[in-house]
Amino acid sequence: MNKWEDNKAWFMVIPVFLVVAVSAIIPLMTVVNYSLQDIFGPGQRVYVGLEWYKKALTDSRLHDALSRQLLFSSLVLLIEIPLGIMIALMMPKKGWGASLSLVLVALPLLIPWNVIGTIWIIFMRPDIGLLGAAINNMGIPFDHTAAPFDAWVTVMMMEVWHWTPLVVLLAYAGLQAIPEAYFQAARIDGASAWATFRYIQLPKMRGVLTIAVLLRFMDSFLIYAEPFVLTGGGPGNSTTFLSIYLVKLAVGQFDLGPAAAFSMIYFLIVLLFCWLFYQVLLKVGTGDKS
Amino acid sequence: MARIDLNNLAHSYLAKPKSDADYALRKTDHVWEDGRAYALLGPSGCGKTTLLNIISGLLQPSEGKVLFDGKDVSALPPQERNIAQVFQFPVIYDTMSVFDNLAFPLRNRKIPPAEVQTRVKEVAEMLELVDVLDKRAANLSADAKQKISLGRGLVRSDVAAILFDEPLTVIDPHLKLMLRRKLKQIHARFKLTMVYVTHDQLEALTFADQVVVMNEGRVLQIGTPQDLFENPQHTFVGYFIGSPGMNFLPCTMQNGSACLGEIRIPIGKETEQLQGNFELGIRPEFLVLHNNPLPETYKVTVKEIEDLGNCQIVRVQLAEHTLKVKVPEGQEVPAEYGFLEFPPEWIRLYADGNLIERGVQKQPQLEPVQ
Amino acid sequence: MAMTLENVTKIVAKECHIDNISLQLEPGTFNILLGRTLSGKTTLMRLMAGLERPSQGRILIDGQDMTRIPVRKRDVAMVYQQFINYPSMTVYKNIASPLRLAKVAGKEIDRRVREVAEVLHIDALLDRFPNELSGGQQQRTAIARALVKDTELLLLDEPLVNLDYKLREELRIEMREIFKRRKSIVIYATTEPLEALALGGNTAVLHEGHLEQFGSTIDVYQHPQSTRIAQAFSDPAMNFFNGTIDSGTLQLGNKEPMPLRHHLEELPPGSYQFGMRPSHLHLQRKSDDDIEFQTTIDLIEISGSETFIHIIHNGHTWISQQQGIHAYQMGQPIQAYVDLAQLYVFNLDGHRVASPKNDSLELT
Repeated sequence: MNKWEDNKAWFMVIPVFLVVAVSAIIPLMTVVNYSLQDIFGPGQRVYVGLEWYKKALTDSRLHDALSRQLLFSSLVLLIEIPLGIMIALMMPKKGWGASLSLVLVALPLLIPWNVIGTIWIIFMRPDIGLLGAAINNMGIPFDHTAAPFDAWVTVMMMEVWHWTPLVVLLAYAGLQAIPEAYFQAARIDGASAWATFRYIQLPKMRGVLTIAVLLRFMDSFLIYAEPFVLTGGGPGNSTTFLSIYLVKLAVGQFDLGPAAAFSMIYFLIVLLFCWLFYQVLLKVGTGDKS
Repeated sequence: MARIDLNNLAHSYLAKPKSDADYALRKTDHVWEDGRAYALLGPSGCGKTTLLNIISGLLQPSEGKVLFDGKDVSALPPQERNIAQVFQFPVIYDTMSVFDNLAFPLRNRKIPPAEVQTRVKEVAEMLELVDVLDKRAANLSADAKQKISLGRGLVRSDVAAILFDEPLTVIDPHLKLMLRRKLKQIHARFKLTMVYVTHDQLEALTFADQVVVMNEGRVLQIGTPQDLFENPQHTFVGYFIGSPGMNFLPCTMQNGSACLGEIRIPIGKETEQLQGNFELGIRPEFLVLHNNPLPETYKVTVKEIEDLGNCQIVRVQLAEHTLKVKVPEGQEVPAEYGFLEFPPEWIRLYADGNLIERGVQKQPQLEPVQ
Repeated sequence: MAMTLENVTKIVAKECHIDNISLQLEPGTFNILLGRTLSGKTTLMRLMAGLERPSQGRILIDGQDMTRIPVRKRDVAMVYQQFINYPSMTVYKNIASPLRLAKVAGKEIDRRVREVAEVLHIDALLDRFPNELSGGQQQRTAIARALVKDTELLLLDEPLVNLDYKLREELRIEMREIFKRRKSIVIYATTEPLEALALGGNTAVLHEGHLEQFGSTIDVYQHPQSTRIAQAFSDPAMNFFNGTIDSGTLQLGNKEPMPLRHHLEELPPGSYQFGMRPSHLHLQRKSDDDIEFQTTIDLIEISGSETFIHIIHNGHTWISQQQGIHAYQMGQPIQAYVDLAQLYVFNLDGHRVASPKNDSLELT
């Protein structure tokens, strides 16, 4: 049925439109509204224009959180994407080994985020944690609650452990979709394993890797729960990423106006980065030099 | 360029094949001569792709050997066999230019750049790819991509054989013709051994000097298109080659005549010693349908006429058997009854599906039915 | 039921897919839509089925305007190129599904399913699932499902195109038999002239959304109204050359003028395009009325029992179709012959002026 000709089709769209409106558009508009006001309490608000935005943009703690966030997200991409591809390449292509490795790889994805935090708290404890204690026993002092570097290492490890499987699954699906003929042709052409990867597997995985990069960037940029459970943003502010800072601002200090302005800036940053990545990956994929 | 020997070759995808039916390729023993074009023709699942993959080295045969120019290559991987293969769907390296695609097999083999340059130029010229050498291969049409696949084989001076796995499947009909012509030209010029797998008789017969007809894992006949048409070695070949295929009538042989119940069709002196049950095979093109009774004709009921414009396919009933007769354009077909002539020189006899050689068989001169 | 299309036009995104087609289809007829891919066959079928609405024009069934009636309320069955069956149902349930939806009694369903399964030779496969069947069997199941309910309109969109040629050959003959006995209007789309001829019935030739010609299949084949139709309805395509008729002779380039014979005798002087079917272009002289051409062999194509010789004459590629298998050398010069009596004549605009006389058919 051609939707342009059958007006009834428009009625079908209404429920989806309502859901999106309630879940996304209305809250977003509320945030825009809050970001332009100073709120003292229920019913007591003053319009302040772009004041909060100016304040947020000059807030040095926000700048720190942003650079921390960028460093974190870049590291996540730099580690998880190549690691994910590598694991996907090593996984068996068919038979029971394929199903088994898929289940094993997918396990971290099935665990709720708060449980992940708890697991790693215990795992990394200097006194009884399996890894934490082991490192300390080797004579290297390690305590993620005290040393900023140790906290970073711990958060990174947890993040990589938790989310690399997603990249693996995507890359694996991409690899499986490559017709056998390509590998046969490569063998006949005498291509080395590296050349096969470089000229067949990597280009053919372009689509799924684009999705992987976008997803991982957005997710890591919005990371909140795991470091919150693990370190609470500390020691000091060393693992206070954007969203943790935002919550401190909004819930901890109840500065709704600045927090709303901050949210909007945050939202725009994520949008901007995603758009940039998307454009870059699109170009890289087709190899057009323009 | 190489002669290919298949020595007692057989393959099963099962670890412990028990019966013949477990073999994707049953015992095959053939010599394919250097510089000729072979087509492997058969319905899907007949084992033709299995055989091709064994020749290319993508598959290790479970029994027997493959020799290239007398050298056993059965255990060698594809890259050490010096073969090239064109696949059903164009395989090109998306991120590379056409030039780099063509140069890829040479660069992998560490050929000096100057030689790469000349070889690629030469092949591109022949395949009419010169204008697009700098373009990205991914943006070309399917037929150009197939030419690139072919070019990656031709570019190598050491190539022993080029294998084709249904290469025209995704090509537009009007471009198929051009590629067919190109293949013919290349074969005429380079005298390469070529092996072409297809289920389409037009493609197989047009491409090949020698057509290998396969069914259920067995090679039933290797012959020229004319052999397959005039002397099918097996009932399946008779059925599969030609549209419509050969007519088959179960009969018993007595004193050099084929007996279908009351009907006796004399075949020739040389079949006098044959006794027992056979199948009489004759192509619709060679049956003659008359309006009036003549000596050695048999009364048939006309059941259905398909007018195909340039000929008519008439289905007639003889006793309880239905036969197809190809009647030339313009010839009047009797409405109810006709009289069917079986020219003895075109009658073939089969036992258990296999052609019975009829001793001193005079080779008939082919007269086109026009 | 009779179906009438009145000036039906379909425009999608400013592109004209169907251009002002009027057509009258009688009950119990078999109608072929012949045309290349994208000539509008599928769109026309969708319009007939009610899956789409025409941008202009009306569709009448038994004189009643059905243009705005959705497909659910019409009595239609359709078979597609792809083998479409319900994967989780057995063949039996697949075939029975339209009857179940129509709330036919159980016994009646059983009788009709078995009957139609027998006609299509799938009665032994009724308990199987579609993925356990070969392509041919899957398509037989799909056809059985379309046939089981006696719909008034049965649409088949290139149903055999994805089967290999031996199966196509068999199913074609069976279909011809099956449709003979039905009262519905059957519409069958195909790109292949040979399939149209083998199926018989009526043929509508479509080209870029236009209806070029409609009539009995063999009549359209023998008397194409334009070069375009002649091209479309000839496999391989018809061969053409230009010539002039003057003072009772046919003049071709610098050839000796030939006296006119047969159907050419009454042609007024002027320039014409002449068409010859590949099966009429011979490589040996057959009669005194043959025109001789100097040509070069370009390519030989061989089907199982025929040879197609591509020859080049003055830069035009022609095809000669010969029964039997013949060997020729590529590049070899050769004479080609065509009998004057078998020439189609078109004016320079491509409209038919004369076609060969055919004794078995008294139609123009």
